[in-house]
Amino acid sequence: MTADLLKTPLHALHLELGAKMVPFAGWSMPVNYPTGILAEHRQCRESAALFDVSHMGQLKLSGDDAARALETLVPMDVVDLPLGKQRYAFFTNAAGGLLDDLMITRRADHLFVVVNASRAQADTTHLINHIGHRCNVVPLPDRALLALQGPKAVTALSRLNAGVAALAFMTGNDFDLEGAECFVTRSGYTGEDGFEISVPASQAAALARALLAQPEVKPAGLGSRDTLRLEAGLCLYGHDIDEATTPVEAGLTWAIQKIRRPGGAREGGYPGADVIAAQLAGGPKVKRVGLTGLERVPVREGTVIVDAHGHKLGHVTSGTLGPTVFEPVAMAYLGADHAALHHEVYAEVRGKRLPMRVSAMPFTPHRYHR
Amino acid sequence: MTTMFTPDHEWINIEDHEAAVVGITLHAQDALGDVVFVDLPEVGRTYKKGEIAGVVESVKAAADIYMPVEGEVVEVNEDLRADPSLANKDPMGNGWFFKVHVTHMEQFDQLMDPPAYDALLKTL
Repeated sequence: MTADLLKTPLHALHLELGAKMVPFAGWSMPVNYPTGILAEHRQCRESAALFDVSHMGQLKLSGDDAARALETLVPMDVVDLPLGKQRYAFFTNAAGGLLDDLMITRRADHLFVVVNASRAQADTTHLINHIGHRCNVVPLPDRALLALQGPKAVTALSRLNAGVAALAFMTGNDFDLEGAECFVTRSGYTGEDGFEISVPASQAAALARALLAQPEVKPAGLGSRDTLRLEAGLCLYGHDIDEATTPVEAGLTWAIQKIRRPGGAREGGYPGADVIAAQLAGGPKVKRVGLTGLERVPVREGTVIVDAHGHKLGHVTSGTLGPTVFEPVAMAYLGADHAALHHEVYAEVRGKRLPMRVSAMPFTPHRYHR
Repeated sequence: MTTMFTPDHEWINIEDHEAAVVGITLHAQDALGDVVFVDLPEVGRTYKKGEIAGVVESVKAAADIYMPVEGEVVEVNEDLRADPSLANKDPMGNGWFFKVHVTHMEQFDQLMDPPAYDALLKTL
């Protein structure tokens, strides 16, 4: 079983660093290094942490019609995305549900797309089946992806190439890093300033070593990546969003540009547009909310949320003890009439009802470099 | 032998059989990672062998603590409740969970001795 797992180009380095490896979406990935999840979480909030996210799917969409074609699958403005700009997006299904969330960056001669590891195969098939006749859908298995995240990420990465400091949040460009031709975006999934670096697989380990040699940088695994993104209020596909949740229910409507909404110049034209338009107009029945615990007990995925009378209101989709905020934080779907800020609800944990409060997300402020 | 182990990775030290000390093993805390919360049993209540007597939670997971032997809980570790990371720093010492008055010594004798527990760890 373990032998069948895919390995990233940094696999040997992870083992050398003493990582605890776990199976994740078919890959053998580091969940944490010997310092542990809490220390890695703090490292990212206070300095800089290096994550191997090479398991994520990288693709290139090329051809004159690529942007227009991609707009038939996502409710985003791709056509007008300026050169070098990056945009958060999601694939929808006919019911308005979410097939995956992704990042799109406009490059000189193609669109660069990053998708979740667990959905990479399905997304590639989806793209080929639906728009493969209009553009070239090219997976990039020979590239690794590193995420350098944290307030000192820019200091560390600038030493390898000073040009990266000029990037603003959600923009990208080509940079030479340790002799490797990299595509770097100022983005990430921790709520901190930072970079995602697409690097040729053969040069990834050398680049990772060069980054780890910087005094600000330490390695971090998927465990802290999860606690960091949860504190940042960012959804994890397959947990907080999936095929049964719509972007309106998930509170992701900020990602749908006006031009693709009802009344916009290129409104609709993507799967489930009618469902999403109706929910945009009438409001969703359920909503993703943030919850903070009033007692210091972690409230985890699957936990049932009830009102003071014990009536079920919904369930938790992600939850842990937030290492930075030092209190239980969770995301849950609740009936829209119970989703107002500061509304008090209860989590049923081991037969006890623990009070929680609907809270604004992110739980920790985003510190992006805009 | 005063310390024995369960297949669920608890240890029990019976030096004082009226207040035998129970905790989680080095392996258990390592597998869990950073412990951030413990739920401890009720003092004065008698638990059956194998009954859930507590919970230990790390950032990433929760695990039940099973009673290694039948007995009445006579004390819980309030220091651990206040600082759950003691379970990581000193699992066999200051990170103990609770003390139990053991009445069925044969249940203690049926647990795994250190070589048996080490052998179990080698299979994991």
